[in-house]
Amino acid sequence: MTDISAADHAVPLARAPHISEASVGDYVALLKPRVMSLVVFTALVGLMVAPTHVHPMIGFTALLCIAVGAGAAGALNMWYDADIDAVMTRTASRPIPRGRIAPGEALGFGMTLAVFAVAVLGLLVSWLAAVLLAFTIFFYVAIYTMWLKRWTPQNIVIGGAAGAFPPMIGWAAATGGLAIEPCLLFLIIFLWTPPHFWALSLVRTDEYARARVPMLPVVAGPEETRRQILLYSIVLMPVGAAPWLLGYAGMLYGVTALAAGATMVALSWRLRIARASANKPAMQLFAFSILYLFVLFAVLLVESGLGRLLGRAVT
Amino acid sequence: MDEKRENTDIVLTEQQQRSRRARSIAIALALGALVILFYIVTLVKGPGVLNRPL
Repeated sequence: MTDISAADHAVPLARAPHISEASVGDYVALLKPRVMSLVVFTALVGLMVAPTHVHPMIGFTALLCIAVGAGAAGALNMWYDADIDAVMTRTASRPIPRGRIAPGEALGFGMTLAVFAVAVLGLLVSWLAAVLLAFTIFFYVAIYTMWLKRWTPQNIVIGGAAGAFPPMIGWAAATGGLAIEPCLLFLIIFLWTPPHFWALSLVRTDEYARARVPMLPVVAGPEETRRQILLYSIVLMPVGAAPWLLGYAGMLYGVTALAAGATMVALSWRLRIARASANKPAMQLFAFSILYLFVLFAVLLVESGLGRLLGRAVT
Repeated sequence: MDEKRENTDIVLTEQQQRSRRARSIAIALALGALVILFYIVTLVKGPGVLNRPL
């Protein structure tokens, strides 16, 4: 009798659905707002440096869709990487490992936002931009998160392309096509990603090893990582200045890009010759790399804004 | 019958009800914003909004 009664209770308990207590803030955290802000900024630059006039409302719509698309990719990344996030200090407080949001909810949320962002961008702005956004989300989730991240130490080198597409999407949203200029912006972010991420992963090597993520310092060791950081920084310097060298940007940009590029190389060199256990040079390079990208793109934005103002003054 | 329903009915805690209400409001606001966005962009594009060469 007692057994039957226990079984009767076991059925509803086993079938009890998960009832979410997730707040709106938990869902916002799924969108990786900090990554999203960098994506929106670089997309804005792509949109603004394009040689066409974009109605502010169309520009706003494009940026909104790119932001939501980036957020969707972030949510899908957190859905797939919940096991890794749970064992890393930096990511253990994310909504899924904390149990605030169920993995299935994150998957549904991410997929819905991705479809909406791509569809709205296509319907209201440009289908080329929408295709690029869809490819970016696919690349980040399927190619980087599901495949490369757990498979090769070159994960963030190839996967960095996903973070480099936003200026191209912004340009495509403004012009309906593509050109060399947005490809240069793509290349700058693409080459900037390895030194940026590897500097951070040097400090977090133990955590990546514990999570079994084959980041370069885990697989090849800190010495090789520092060497590759320096090589990428050296290549990044002329590529960063390329928009000026090729005549797409002004002198202000050229001087800024060369000075910031030289600083990146100097910090990378300091990291290369530092004691193996020293975290400070790696964190300094990581912090400066964020400033590097922000300053370069901000100067492009300022130059483009000034150019438009002067153009208007002349006509 | 009533006994059966009693077993399967779910009573939400106050926290769960609050969270659900906040999420519902956020979804409603997002959908409302989407409607307004489509309306304004249609006005901005004018008759060109229908011009979609295949």
